[in-house]
Order: sequence, then C-alpha cells, then structure tokens
Amino acid sequence: MTLWLIVLRSLRQHALSTIITALSIALAGGLLMSVWTVKQQSHATFTGVNGGFDAVLGARGSKLQLVLNAIFHLEASPGNLAWQDYMDIKSNRFVELAIPLAVGDNYKGYRLVGTLPELFEKVEYAPGRHYELAEGDSFFDAGRREAVVGSFVAHKLGLKPGDEFHPFHGLIYDEKQQHAATFTVVAVLKPSNTPADRVIWIPLAGLQKMPGHDPKAATDVSAVLVKLKTSNPMTGINLDQMYNKQGNRLTFAWPIGKIMSELFDKIGWFDKVLALVSYLVALVATGSILASIYNSMNERRREIAILRALGARRRVIFSVILLEAAAIATLGMIVAFLFYAIIMTGAATVIRNETGIVLDPYKFNPVMLWAPAALITLGALAGVVPAFKAYRTHVAENLAPTS
Amino acid sequence: MTLLEITQLKKSFVTPDGDIHAVVDVPSFSMADRAHVALSGESGSGKTTLLHLIAGILKPDSGSILLAGREMSALSEPARDRLRATTIGYIFQTFNLLQGYTCLENVLLGMSFGPGVDREFARSLLSRVGLDQRLKHYPRQLSTGQQQRVAVARALANRPKLVLADEPTGNLDHKTATESLALIREACRENGAALLLVSHDREVLGQFETVQPLHLINQGAAQPEGRK
Repeated sequence: MTLWLIVLRSLRQHALSTIITALSIALAGGLLMSVWTVKQQSHATFTGVNGGFDAVLGARGSKLQLVLNAIFHLEASPGNLAWQDYMDIKSNRFVELAIPLAVGDNYKGYRLVGTLPELFEKVEYAPGRHYELAEGDSFFDAGRREAVVGSFVAHKLGLKPGDEFHPFHGLIYDEKQQHAATFTVVAVLKPSNTPADRVIWIPLAGLQKMPGHDPKAATDVSAVLVKLKTSNPMTGINLDQMYNKQGNRLTFAWPIGKIMSELFDKIGWFDKVLALVSYLVALVATGSILASIYNSMNERRREIAILRALGARRRVIFSVILLEAAAIATLGMIVAFLFYAIIMTGAATVIRNETGIVLDPYKFNPVMLWAPAALITLGALAGVVPAFKAYRTHVAENLAPTS
Repeated sequence: MTLLEITQLKKSFVTPDGDIHAVVDVPSFSMADRAHVALSGESGSGKTTLLHLIAGILKPDSGSILLAGREMSALSEPARDRLRATTIGYIFQTFNLLQGYTCLENVLLGMSFGPGVDREFARSLLSRVGLDQRLKHYPRQLSTGQQQRVAVARALANRPKLVLADEPTGNLDHKTATESLALIREACRENGAALLLVSHDREVLGQFETVQPLHLINQGAAQPEGRK
C-alpha cells in the first residue's frame, strides 16, 4: 500500500510529464500492436481466401497475377483462354467443378465479372457458406443482360434491384468508354466479407458478347476457377504437371494459398520496415520514461531524503521509482488499446475498400498480451537509472537546511 | 534505565579544500529512559550532525552509540533504517512534511516504515495535537504552527522510545513556540518517549529541567574552523 501510495502521489505531482510520457508509450504500443495484427490477419486472410476453389487456370503467365485477377479481382488478366480449354478442364477426371470467368469491363471503377449461374448455385465460398441474396429474388438469367451486385458495390453505388446501368470498357473507369448495352440489377448479394463483395456479376455471355468487344474473342474466357476432387491427393500435382511442366500455353495456379503466401514473402521487407519503426518508437518512448523521471530527480531529492529519514530503506526508494516507471508504461499501454482500435479501424476500412477483405480489429491476437508485457517491462527497466540515482540519494545532505 | 549511551563518538567531514574537520567529538553522553534533555548550542555547533548520528542517518567515523540496548554503529544501513523507524521519532526545524500528502497520510507514511500502519492511532495522534478537523488537508493548507503539530504527530506515530527534536520551534513565533514546545513535551510524556531537543533559544531551553551546553559535550564544537 505504501509503495503504491508514494507512486500515485508522485505521478500526480508530475501529472503533465506523466501524461505526455504515457501518451508516447500509448502511441508506440498502439502502433506495435496494429502493425503486428494487420500483418498476421492480412496474411491469414489473404492466404485463406480462395472463393471455394483450389486453383485457377489461365493464360500462360504469372500464377500470382492469375490468382489476384480471378480470386481477388485485382490486377489485369494475363490473357484469354479458348472455350475449349474450359471444356477440357471441366471434363478432367480430377476436377469436381470448373467455373469460367470473363473480365474486361467496369461500372464506375468496380469490375464486371462474367460467369455462370453455377458459381452461385454450387460453390461454397467458405466452408458451409453459399452466396446468398440480400435483395432480389434470384441470381441472373444466363441468357439476359442482368446483374447481381456485390454488397460493397451496392452500398457504394446505391444499386438495387430494378436499377439499370451501362458498363464502361476496361478495368479502369473512363467515362468516355461507356458501352451502349444496358444491364438490369436483379439482386444484391449478402456480404460475404470476400473480394466477391466488390464485384458486379453478370452472365458470362453478357460480357463476352458485349457490343464493342472483339467478336473473335466472343467465346474466350479470362480464367477458369477450378475445384479439385479431394479423394485423390495427387490431383493437383497431376494437373500442375500437365499444364505447367508439359504444356506451355496455359498456367495452372495451384494451390491458391501457397501462391498468396509467396506474395507475402515478396513484400515481407515492408512488414519488417513497419515492425522496425514500431520497435524504434517503442524504444524512444521508453527512453522518454527514463528522461522524464531522471529529470525530476533533483526536485525529488528532499522528498526521498525525508522518506529515508522516516525509515524507508534504499531498496524501498529504488522500488518506488521502478514501480513509477512501470506504472507510466502501464497507463500508456491501457491507452494504447484505444490507439490500436483507431489505427486498426482505419487500416481495416482501407483494406476492405481496396480488396473486399475484412480484418477484425477486435479479434484476439497474442500481440495484445506480449506487447503490453514487453513495453511495461521495458518501461520498468527504463526506471533503473533514475531508481539507482534515487537509491544513492544522500539523506543528511538533502534534508532541511542544517541548524 | 539508560536509553542512550554515547562513547567516544567522532565524525569528521572533508572540506572542499581537502581539510578534515572534526564536527562531532563526544567522549561521553547518556540519557535515561523517558528523560527530557535539552542541548544548547549555537548555529554550527554540530547539533544536527549529532542528531543524525544518533538517528543512524549518518555513520560515525568511530565510537559507540548504544540505543535501547543496540549498538547503532555496528548495524548495517538497512538495520539502522529499521531501528530508526521503530525506535526514533524525528522533529525537524523545517518540519519536513511531504507536500503531496495529506496530514493523515504524512503520519501513516511514518508508520508504514515502522511496525505497521495503525489508522486509528494516527487519527488519535492528530486529534491529540488539535488537527482532527484537518486530516485531509495538505501541508500548504495549514499554518506553520499546524504543520509543526503534524510533524509532532508523525514523530510519535511509531511509539518511539526517543524523540529527537532539532530546533523544533525555530520557525515559530514566540507564542506558538511556547505552546508547541509544551505540546511536544506532553505528547512525549503521554507516549512514554524520551526527548532530546537541541536549540539555541534561551526561552526554549529555560523550560527544561536538564540543559547541557553542547560545547561541553562535543569537543568537536570547540574547534573554531570545523564544520559544526
């Protein structure tokens, strides 16, 4: 009780420096926890999202580009496949389901993806989860110019069943490139928290045969999403062998999670830079604890001498200063969770807007335990130098003026 | 029964010039249990240093301080701290109250380093010195006389056997000083504590039955250039 009373009184007496120092710890802690959580959650989410498929078949090129294009609806397609390529893989004995995609148009920056109704009818985009309608009665009719709008797009553009729109050519919005064809929104999807939320889905033929597109490519597809039969673990290897090693015309991107993981390996340096910045901020913040307490030692020498004269042992004085440093760090780490929530909410919003991937700022991550523990320990360690100075305070010299 | 017995006690300081000056050189001094003794001495006569030695705040160069049967100079620093907290109450000239703490907390803090916190006794002590309505006041909110009474209550908080008072009325006006001294002596009697007071004030000294001139006890005080 005594130690804490002394610590609390001291914190109160030096309220301004306590608040400023605690805020610097809070910023460091919040930043550290956010960087760590974004890194881990984004890695887990991006490598875990596959739309319910195991692989993507596309034109010869980068596997990563194929996955980004077909699964995450980012990047441009590396090229087209002939309809026969789709038919071939669809009938392959290792393949359970193959869904063709066609891309190349957008509506106000949100890409249109042509596909077959089977995507909505047969695919579980996550275990046990099918695409569901939030508005409208049915998915599009494959033979009509109808559209099913992802929840994020519907929210952003205010689209609802019955609305009509004219797509724009290309994946980048250019208002001069508007198609004459009119599509009618028939449904809005429920949020799936996947990239599908950021897409306007239309019938495959609707995109292939859009007036203005090259008629020679009217049967081509941009990619084929492939779900393998799980009964045989060799299926993926066999197809990989067939398309990537023996063939030279197409690329079979498999497995999707591993390919995305390679992306994170490539941008791993960015994580390291962010982590390094966080560590440096934490170091500076703990240094500020040292500086603020150390600078207050001169004015506290008499108080320390009085406590010593009352019978406080040196180790009590040492402990008080250490506890004070730890208390400032603890206060900082409590506020750090507020900073964390703010940073994470901002980061999650940006990531969702850009990719459709949803991060959960409030999901537990071990960093929420070890970062506070580490910073509080560092804070306490920062108190060692001033604590030692306090420990060495000469009692007789610092009591009231001698008589 | 002897409470304090000092023998051949010496303490010197090194001046900035590098000279060594004996400040305390007490061949012999003793005090009985519950006795009230005043030491008279001018400023610089080594009064504070002597009290610091008795309290164990300073370690003597040589000699013996036998307090309540324990040889102070033979104890380690933590043991001296402990003995000081449990056996000695100290009233400083400038009171040395902790400004960030209330009256009650000042007294409780004194207790916390000794036998233990006894809130009721702390309250009763503050009540005894007339501050029962000022328990939650901070020192800056009190008059000088009231601050001194808090210091008295704090000095008695651990039921010490010896109260050391270093010019306790030096910062008080005449009337308050007289009342305060009477209070210190009464409080010490009520709590069974001996009182060793040092002062240069003749009126204060005049109220004691036993007054010993410090220069007769402390041979260090006789050295004109020494730090005293």
